[in-house]
Amino acid sequence: MANLASTFIGIKSPNPFWLASAPPTDKAYNVERAFEAGWGGVVWKTLGLDGPPVVNVSGPRYGAIWGADRRLLGLNNIELITDRPLQVNLDEIKAVKRKWRDRALVISLMVPCDEESWKGILARIEDTEADGVELNFGCPHGMAERGMGSAVGQVPEYIEMVTRWVKQHSRMPCIVKLTPNISDIRKPAEAAKRGGADAVSLINTINSITSVNLDDFAPEPMIDGKGTHGGYCGPAVKPIALNMVAEIARHPATRGLPISGIGGVSTWRDAAEFMALGAGNVQVCTAVMTYGFKIVSEMISGLSDYMDRKGFASVDDLVGRAVPNVTDWQFLNLNYVTKAQIDQTSCIKCGRCHIACEDTSHQAIAVSPERVFTVKDEDCVACNLCVDVCPVENCITMVPLAKGSVDPRTGRRVGDYGNWTTHPNNPSVAAE
Amino acid sequence: MSNTSLTPGVVPGRLAAEAYARNFADAAPRLGRHEAMVAADRCYFCFDAPCTTACPTSIDIPLFIRQIATGTPDAAAKTIFAQNIMGGMCARVCPTETLCEEACVREAAEGKPVEIGRLQRYATDGLMAQAGHPFTRAAATGKSVAVVGAGPAGLACAHRLAMKGHAVQVYDARPKPGGLNEYGLATYKTADDFAQAEVDWLLRIGGITLHQGVSLGREVALADLRASHDAVFLGVGLAGVNGLRVPGEDLKNVRNAVDFIAELRQAGDYSSLPVGRDVVVIGGGMTAVDAAVQARLLGAETVTIVYRRGQEKMSASGYEQNHATSSGVRIICNAAPVALHGTGAVTEVEFAHTVDEPGGLRLTDQTFRLAADQVFKAIGQSLVGAPEGLALQAGKIVVDAAGRTTLPGIWAGGDCATGGEDLTVTAVAQGRDAAEDIHASIS
Repeated sequence: MANLASTFIGIKSPNPFWLASAPPTDKAYNVERAFEAGWGGVVWKTLGLDGPPVVNVSGPRYGAIWGADRRLLGLNNIELITDRPLQVNLDEIKAVKRKWRDRALVISLMVPCDEESWKGILARIEDTEADGVELNFGCPHGMAERGMGSAVGQVPEYIEMVTRWVKQHSRMPCIVKLTPNISDIRKPAEAAKRGGADAVSLINTINSITSVNLDDFAPEPMIDGKGTHGGYCGPAVKPIALNMVAEIARHPATRGLPISGIGGVSTWRDAAEFMALGAGNVQVCTAVMTYGFKIVSEMISGLSDYMDRKGFASVDDLVGRAVPNVTDWQFLNLNYVTKAQIDQTSCIKCGRCHIACEDTSHQAIAVSPERVFTVKDEDCVACNLCVDVCPVENCITMVPLAKGSVDPRTGRRVGDYGNWTTHPNNPSVAAE
Repeated sequence: MSNTSLTPGVVPGRLAAEAYARNFADAAPRLGRHEAMVAADRCYFCFDAPCTTACPTSIDIPLFIRQIATGTPDAAAKTIFAQNIMGGMCARVCPTETLCEEACVREAAEGKPVEIGRLQRYATDGLMAQAGHPFTRAAATGKSVAVVGAGPAGLACAHRLAMKGHAVQVYDARPKPGGLNEYGLATYKTADDFAQAEVDWLLRIGGITLHQGVSLGREVALADLRASHDAVFLGVGLAGVNGLRVPGEDLKNVRNAVDFIAELRQAGDYSSLPVGRDVVVIGGGMTAVDAAVQARLLGAETVTIVYRRGQEKMSASGYEQNHATSSGVRIICNAAPVALHGTGAVTEVEFAHTVDEPGGLRLTDQTFRLAADQVFKAIGQSLVGAPEGLALQAGKIVVDAAGRTTLPGIWAGGDCATGGEDLTVTAVAQGRDAAEDIHASIS
């Protein structure tokens, strides 16, 4: 059993698996069940100003997309921040933290964009002994219309300003949660760093409509005949989140800024991928909303086995390990040549590789009358589509051509590393 | 009645009333919507799909499964019916394990094919339960075609011809239409009178007139049909039953399996059907299995199928054989009957072990006897009363790929003709293709 203990911006937890600020962390009952199940930490569901409680819709607040066996692939929600009285939450947070000293407990906050509001709420939570705060600049629905959530997260200057207030009026570690509903994730991350944030967490949910009711002609989830965009999450958003995490991890201005990875983390492998791309820990929501808290057992055993296999002494050995290998397109080796190769013994002759290549790519997979599918090296550009559509894992692989051998497609020898920046077809090279 | 499985002789009512209902209920009910969605998701939508190639009617299987997967099962049904108007029955009785599902790449990948047959039933049952008919008849052509035999070949031919606008007269010897669909298949495969429901649905195309109880060569002559119609299609099936040609064949309670199966299909009350305590079925095909399994379902204590060659040569598929053995039927191979014993009624069947040699089947001196108070013969059917002038080959009417016989203006298909495999689905294919050729010839 590998050592999964995690220290994230000084906050200790027995493993790097936290629950994200969301419905599963709205009250002591859920959070304690999560801790009993083995979760390393939670970010308590976002608290707002004291006053009349937040009002949620009483119709459906979640929409989803599914695979054929109703496997939930993506979820969207229009739930707002906690709708329970502030003091109730504060009392519960304090009691839970006292009872679960070894677990991380961070409080998510969202109040209007003025210094007094932030100063006020920070004073109220000081007493809870929570480990830190997370600033919810991410939620794209409801609260954003009132100038909070992603309305702040979309304006880097606001992020910086609010973060500065928080750091000024609190000694707690501060995580800034970023919205993906922007064009360049590096800008808000830079702003958070300038404001003094200890870390960023991302991604929050993505603006979305999951489906349209084709009888009532309204988006789902539908509230009395109308629908609105909600925040999208779950396995479907993971690739988007991974890229945004990597962008921040490798960006010179934000490199080294701790990241809490969020977005479709459902298994130990998802978590490991986020961490390899620079996330110090991960936060999970949709997976537990789908399967319950017990999945953390699989995440713990899976990450532990993986770390043992790799000989990693701590999770820090994994964090950021893939970041140096994330690069820009222009630095990819254009002299690296591979060819698809079909293993005839594992081929089940479905022909998907052939039709995909024939109809939509490079006509590089031939089919014989006996349904034997073979790659035409002289036409194969190594696009990988055949690998991606093949239902048999490892049946089709991409085999690199040895340096010095001739690529039958181009007739050229495979040479040393060379990228676009020095390529003769690059107009800016020619201009020099 | 106080009979049980142990009552000697051939008697009815061996089981409790509720057991009959259970035993003869739908063996593989229609998939539910979610089951169908999950099953459909397993289809890889193969290029030039092997399942479609394996289907005698060339149904575009990946397309219909995708139509199910995308929530349009009625469109899936139309895809099926466009190729096979008896797609409903074929979904129930096709030996899919030796056709589409054997060819499924999932069979190669994991030994578990996509459930094509059950998905087909999901789609076809759904559409057939609705009002109307998925095809419309072309404008009347004024041409008339006689179809002899209202089995799968004849009805498939009639439907396609009617769709093209021709007037079709169907002549059939039995009291009810459907042929083997109505008289020759195990009851649990075609529960709830599906065969008649299918005929009624098929006739909704219009332009088809059924004449039941009309037998070729008796009530109607081929020459008259040729004279009064623009074309004739023969789908008369195989009305004769092969004999054992051994002593004792005339003993009481020695019957043709096809008659027993037909009787079961027409029975309103299964408890009134007599069945032996010790039943022996001689043969190795689907008919043998259907008779044997149903004898068990009627309460026979022991049922034994005896086949003269090796198990690998049985024409009943592995799936059918498993079904038989899991129903409590014993299968003995490499044994041929040499005599049936008894005084008045049969009491025993004597078999000789056989050796299958290059020169042919040889009976050895080693014999054994099986107790039998009822014996079913299921060693094949034969063409009887083929009209004069038609060339025959191996006891079947010779046809070309388009279904043309050697006589001008006469087409044939189904079990009575060469080229098929004595399956519902091949009969449908032959009837359909003959109709296309007839249409091309008379238009």
